[in-house]
Amino acid sequence: MTTGQKFSAGGGHGAIPLEGVSTGLGEPPQPEWPLYEIFVRGKRGLNHVHVGSLHAADDEMAVRHARDVYTRRNEGVSIWAVRADLIVASSPDEKDPLFDPAGDKVYRHPTFYDIPANVPHM
Amino acid sequence: MSDTLQTASLEADFDRVIERHDRIEPRDWMPEKYRATLVRQVAQHAHSEIIGMQPEGNWITRAPSLRRKAILLAKVQDEAGHGLYLYSACETLGVTRAELTEKLIAGKQKYSSIFNYPTLSYADVGTIGWLVDGAAICNQVPLCRTSYGPYGRAMNRICKEESFHQRQGFELLLTMMSGTDAQRAMVQESVDRFWWPALMMFGPPDVESPNTAQSMAWRIKRDTNDDLRQKFVDMSVPQAQALGVTLPDAELRWNEERGHYDFTQPDWDEFMAVVKGSGPCNAQRIAHRKRALDEGAWVREAATAFARSQREDAS
Ligand SMILES: [Fe+2]
Ligand SMILES: [Fe+2]
Repeated sequence: MTTGQKFSAGGGHGAIPLEGVSTGLGEPPQPEWPLYEIFVRGKRGLNHVHVGSLHAADDEMAVRHARDVYTRRNEGVSIWAVRADLIVASSPDEKDPLFDPAGDKVYRHPTFYDIPANVPHM
Repeated sequence: MSDTLQTASLEADFDRVIERHDRIEPRDWMPEKYRATLVRQVAQHAHSEIIGMQPEGNWITRAPSLRRKAILLAKVQDEAGHGLYLYSACETLGVTRAELTEKLIAGKQKYSSIFNYPTLSYADVGTIGWLVDGAAICNQVPLCRTSYGPYGRAMNRICKEESFHQRQGFELLLTMMSGTDAQRAMVQESVDRFWWPALMMFGPPDVESPNTAQSMAWRIKRDTNDDLRQKFVDMSVPQAQALGVTLPDAELRWNEERGHYDFTQPDWDEFMAVVKGSGPCNAQRIAHRKRALDEGAWVREAATAFARSQREDAS
């Protein structure tokens, strides 16, 4: 047998071809509903945690869609939907200089200090 | 620094992250081939989830009880969710979902060949849950550790939900197997049809997939096709015994030396024909997806118009 084509089983639900498949990269994107990042509070006492993103026409629809997509099994008690373009992020190019100041301050960690083993509750 | 020097240093950073078994995140620099490989794989995976709703969706209105209908509805809805997790993971690589859907409908991107087989009886709902979702689990569990962060996180969510899919299918078949002779025959007939396409889900033998090496080096893919297929066969045999069905392979037997079951390869010519578009349902699946997209257009337009008018009222 010669299939003559390359396949990957990596695609979850089954073998998918790897050759002659267009990736769509480099083509202009069409206008779509805005992207929202979704944060879910799993239960009381926990922070909201980022779970993924989705598109919605407006804020209200974003919360409804988030409920259907990310909380089908009681995964949350509260949802935040945030327009992705409103999020301010640190730049990946600057990540080294940005986080540098914390790099050499080992004295901020409790393990920096030698305490005799017989001192209790410390 | 010259452009080539800069690229070399970025590439070295990328390689180090992969070597440490760490994750690549959306805004990191990555080689264009890595990005393209991922877009293709994640998009085709997403398409498989979405197209995969059709064979089972076929039985929602005819499920034999309210309980079975509710279960099937929840299962198919999960597959829609899986598609959405994956499209959103794919979008972090710089493509849009609309664009990917367009490529699916134009036949420029594919989906798993398994969904080009028809669901001829209600027993197929059970067989798909047991064997097709079972094979998907074999493929998907290692992908939770894939090198691209958003893909791995989507796979984590998906894997948590797949276990329900496989168990509801197995339980459905078990119920039918404890029914009448006619019901048992229905299950056997369904297993006979789906066994070979399920084996094809892992892709051609490794000797035919030389490209696997690059995907493994980038840790996008974690196991070879043959390893995954063997794992699937080994886990399915005792399950078939528990169910009381016969897997349709006369050569299927335990090999003491290898510590694995020996089995017959599926018909790879059939696999190629299905991938190339001549499977029993290829045209129907794409036509249905296109119809759903076209018929939903007015709803999306109305929602966009409503959002715009709300914004204008507010300002
Ligand atoms: Fe799925
Ligand atoms: Fe599934």
